[in-house]
Amino acid sequence: MDITLPILILAIPITMFLVLGIGGVKMSHKLAGILGILGMGTTAVLAYIVAFTYFFSGDANFILDGVRQQYQVFDVTWLAFTQTLVVNIGFLLDPISAMMLVVITTISFMVHLYSWGYMEGEPGFQRYYAFLSLFSFSMLGLVVATNIFQMYIFWELVGVSSYLLIGFFYKLPSAVSASKKAFIVTRFADLGFLIGILLLSFYTDTFNFVDMTTNPEGVLASTGGATFMGASVLTWAMVLIFTGGMGKSAMMPLHIWLPDAMEGPTPVSALIHAATMVVAGVYLVARMFPVYCVVDAAMTFICVIGAITAFYAAVVACAQIDIKRILAFSTISQIAFMMVSLGVAYDKPIEGVHYSGLGYMAGMFHLFTHAMFKALLFLGAGALIHAVHSNNYTSMGGLRKYMPITHVTFLIGCLAIAGIWPFAGFFSKDEMLAAMFARHWFWGAWMTMVAGLTAFYMFRMYFLVFWWEENPHYKEHKPHDAPWQMSLPLIFLGAVSIVAGFIPFGELVTWNGEPYHIHIEAPVAATSLVVAVCAIALAAAMYMKKNALPTKVKNMCPALWTAAHRRFYWDEIYMFITHRIIFDIICKGIAWFDRHIIDATMDAFAKITQKTSYAIRGMQSGEIQSYVGWYIAGAVAVAAITWLCLI
Amino acid sequence: MDLSMLWYLVPSVVMFACGIYGFVTRKNLIAILISLELMLNSADLNFVVFNRFLFPGSMDGMVFTLFAIAIAAAETAIAIAIIINIYRSIGNTDVTEINKMKF
Repeated sequence: MDITLPILILAIPITMFLVLGIGGVKMSHKLAGILGILGMGTTAVLAYIVAFTYFFSGDANFILDGVRQQYQVFDVTWLAFTQTLVVNIGFLLDPISAMMLVVITTISFMVHLYSWGYMEGEPGFQRYYAFLSLFSFSMLGLVVATNIFQMYIFWELVGVSSYLLIGFFYKLPSAVSASKKAFIVTRFADLGFLIGILLLSFYTDTFNFVDMTTNPEGVLASTGGATFMGASVLTWAMVLIFTGGMGKSAMMPLHIWLPDAMEGPTPVSALIHAATMVVAGVYLVARMFPVYCVVDAAMTFICVIGAITAFYAAVVACAQIDIKRILAFSTISQIAFMMVSLGVAYDKPIEGVHYSGLGYMAGMFHLFTHAMFKALLFLGAGALIHAVHSNNYTSMGGLRKYMPITHVTFLIGCLAIAGIWPFAGFFSKDEMLAAMFARHWFWGAWMTMVAGLTAFYMFRMYFLVFWWEENPHYKEHKPHDAPWQMSLPLIFLGAVSIVAGFIPFGELVTWNGEPYHIHIEAPVAATSLVVAVCAIALAAAMYMKKNALPTKVKNMCPALWTAAHRRFYWDEIYMFITHRIIFDIICKGIAWFDRHIIDATMDAFAKITQKTSYAIRGMQSGEIQSYVGWYIAGAVAVAAITWLCLI
Repeated sequence: MDLSMLWYLVPSVVMFACGIYGFVTRKNLIAILISLELMLNSADLNFVVFNRFLFPGSMDGMVFTLFAIAIAAAETAIAIAIIINIYRSIGNTDVTEINKMKF
């Protein structure tokens, strides 16, 4: 493949960032918006061309004997520290990176378009578009990285873009603290990632993904069975790398930043904190998947973390008031779903059946469909917030008559995430659950329960927003559907959410490139469908018409409700650990040491010098005769010593 | 009687000692300057004497002395100019009162 298109895919967004970032102040809002949208549109078209060429051209570089290949379009040396420590920059095309190119550019283009309506008249409109371009560039660079170090660089860049966009309304203290929180938490996780990278590359002598993933046994062998604290070094490395993914993908216990990140503009939440950046962790695990496969402990770790997070986030989402936070927790839960799906996928036959990476395919499938319908839901939420100027469902209710387009598309999104046939979520969720059941019935049952909760809280929100009872404020301020720039993305993504499930995903994206024929597992599909329908019926019974039932349920166990509403006090726990323990105890000791030992030593040097100077400065009397006296004394002394030495 | 080197060096040492003594004890800047010239002259004398007795073939010491005398004259002129300026600004030439250049 010619390298022009891949280079352009990366070059256009970064150029847009520079143009809008530097020249933006001189531009009108309209020009900046059009430039941003056109730039992203072009990138999207180019990405489609590249992805379609990869999947369907049949070129021997891309598909060989029916097996999809990993193809490095280019891979050039960027930094050469030593003979072996060389950092490359390149463009890797394989099923998941091609798939991610499509996802990122599609969602990003939709968000660019949507923001034109949503952010209209906001101060800093050009800056907003510049940051969106920077984010798109970073995310595209992340997915096409040929080596783990390049991925790490772009990983940090998406972190920065996320920070900048969360704190876009920098005059709001809550936005500022949310952006700081997101940056610090993910940065903390990235420390683990960096250590993991260093550990891994220390033993394997390479950063390159293709080298590592085509020869995972070689990676395992290269560590030479070294162990640290009872676990093999490779396990440590892979778990630490996963820690970075936990931070970005908001897995417990590093999930705390994502709900607060909703302080950013809603389209940003749709792009970064629902569809693309937060799945970077899943993408990372998928990228290193063959290596994870040879490390059982790391896979189990991913499974356990994912399962706990999925359940936790689903429960918390049931007790939130802010619709964006409900969606945020739903995102956490769904990403955890993908993590579990990857975690249960093994390259080993289980009880004779070779499920080789069904979970991998399903996880990637869900990543794709989830990106579409979650972006749809967020953009729908943006339209709602745009209409009623509040994030809370208490200010909404009965909106279906006022906002028909938003209503229908939002319903599609909810049905898709709940996993109702024939919407996109059904197919991907079914594959994931099949993979989990295939591994062990416990994972399947647990995640089916989470899927039921998902359907419940999504429809709780749906009914509370669009049914329940009309808010009296509508009389003075009648809500209405959003302008076309905002409705168009909703309709497009709604359409995608309906049809995306019929994409023969298994033919395109599998862990080893061999096609996998998706077939619906009837018992699993029936179970999950029944669970979802029951959950929706329950939500309808509780929230469709205004009644006292929700309050009764809440009052049955108020402590639980409060705990769930306060997100099981994770923020308080973090505050306790950081402030009471780290700041008050550890840091105080360190501060004492710094002030009384280190500073005091330096002060002592200064004081001694000063004291000595004061003591001997009388010699500098300014009287020339005393100088002469000193000089003669000195000369006599030198002469005496010389003389004594000579005899 | 043949004059040995000692006959010249002893007066030179006496001159130098007188110069030091005068430099340290005198309060008047002019007197100090005179003492300084004494020391300088004793050094010049040494140059000549060593040249005459130790390296009779060469003229280096002699030439050096001529230069030193010329430079000492110039230096004296400068010193007197400074002293006159000091006298104009503080009204006397007492060295104990000129101690502003200190810590």
